[in-house]
Amino acid sequence: MSQEISLAHFRAWLLAYAEHIEAIEAQLTDLDAAIGDADHGANMRRGMERLRARLADPGLQCDDIGALLRTVAMTLVSTVGGAAGPLYGAFFLRAAQECQGGSVVTLVQLARMFRAGLQGIQQRGKAQLNDKTLVDALEPAVVALEKAAAEGAPLAVALEAARVAAEAGMRHTIGLQANRGRASYLGPRAIGHQDPGATSLYGLIRTAAETLGAAQPASLASRR
Amino acid sequence: MQKLINEPADAVVESLEGLQLAYPHLLRVSFSPHYVARVDAPVRGKVSVISGSGSGHEPLNVGYVGRGMLDAACPGAIFTSPTPDQYLAATRAVEGGAGVLYIVKNYMGGVLNTEMALELAREEGYDVASVLVKDDVAVEAAHNRRGMGAAVLVEKIAGAAAEAGRPLAEVTRLAQRASDQARSMGVALSSCTVPSVGRPTFDLPADQMELGVGIHGEPGRLRLPLAKADTVVEMLAEAILKDMAVRPGTSVLAMVSGLGATPQHELFIVFRRLHAFLQAHGLVVARCLVGNYVTSLDMAGCMVTLLQLDPELIALWDAPVHTPALTWGV
Repeated sequence: MSQEISLAHFRAWLLAYAEHIEAIEAQLTDLDAAIGDADHGANMRRGMERLRARLADPGLQCDDIGALLRTVAMTLVSTVGGAAGPLYGAFFLRAAQECQGGSVVTLVQLARMFRAGLQGIQQRGKAQLNDKTLVDALEPAVVALEKAAAEGAPLAVALEAARVAAEAGMRHTIGLQANRGRASYLGPRAIGHQDPGATSLYGLIRTAAETLGAAQPASLASRR
Repeated sequence: MQKLINEPADAVVESLEGLQLAYPHLLRVSFSPHYVARVDAPVRGKVSVISGSGSGHEPLNVGYVGRGMLDAACPGAIFTSPTPDQYLAATRAVEGGAGVLYIVKNYMGGVLNTEMALELAREEGYDVASVLVKDDVAVEAAHNRRGMGAAVLVEKIAGAAAEAGRPLAEVTRLAQRASDQARSMGVALSSCTVPSVGRPTFDLPADQMELGVGIHGEPGRLRLPLAKADTVVEMLAEAILKDMAVRPGTSVLAMVSGLGATPQHELFIVFRRLHAFLQAHGLVVARCLVGNYVTSLDMAGCMVTLLQLDPELIALWDAPVHTPALTWGV
């Protein structure tokens, strides 16, 4: 089983994420209507449509993983809007900077990229754990990935651990009061609702687990 | 959903196309990326004032583009803050050599996107400052307050100062003072419906009202049985005055803005009580604005905004303005 993640794996991940967001758009809308302003689903879908178009563009120059992730960052920043655009943009931009080119990365490098992405989100958004934001899904996933990498776990096992941690983090937001973002205006009325940002972020980790650890990257043709 | 739209996905573009056709003498619309610039921009030697917000709040901000107010407005998707590339394109289009002021309403998305825009514009060598508008007293933590009706007043005052040839530091200082001295609070009688969602953002029974509602349909401070107009006005005005600490004899600008689906007929009933209430508290209603100035699509309800005035702010408020939504002195 391959322990290296190729450029093709990353492309498969991003396309799977775009498909995932399109599938859960209505859920994101409902979650955001409950504690925000009902635009997270539409904004993320608009970003993913543009991302899909960018990735399908034969003229796109993305010969290494860093360039690919930088393209993702710029696409999301200029199309998603709201808080999610700059935050997802910060994740991909910092992850791109961390891997500095290269056409393959190892689990250890991936963990560093995700950590850098988390730091990018936190520098931009100033959110901490338990503020009821996407950080609540991402940070546990990064910690799980780092732990698995330090223990020398196989890639698929490490990614699955990250997925499980992200899912638990997403569910944990249900019981939280929000300290950042629009749900923070609600005070205790936000408790009982899952955070939409943590939900879309969980999808990013879930699709990573489905694609980055695969022996062969999912064929682009089978994913439209 | 009963709306005069064609396809939800086309609503923002088609609305901008209509705006362009209605006001070709005042503004021009760029569609890639979206921004609206005053027709004679860039005005050489003048500070440029730019503001952005999600669409669905019209006339904010696109209706305030023109002489004496905004040099450019960046409309985002419905209720979604515009992206950094929009601000950057608008900055390049209207900057006249004297610097740029971004007026930003305090929402996380608005702040994050303009922070990125500021970084990008400064990298290109532009002199850019920003002022944050955060006037909603329904949010108790002052740092977290949402930008509401004060945006209109800050944009007018900044625009007048820029038109008068004041330098960027002065325009920024005056805009900041207007922002610091303004407070708002809103009430919803019904939810808005976002076109791409197709149903109301929140459920509000016919006999209830949402006090302290945000302009994107975010829930407010508390939900109460619907009261008569005078009582509702007193609740809003009391909450605002409690936060303002104004001395008797102070002059204020009082704005009542409908949220999109409340008729002007009712807004005057609101203003009638507001005026009496402020006078009874010893305040002088020196200037006023009653109409639809900051809206939330088709939400029913209104917001009240008070701005503490002084002679300098009054002179800037009275200065000529020529935009689709505010015009006087021309």
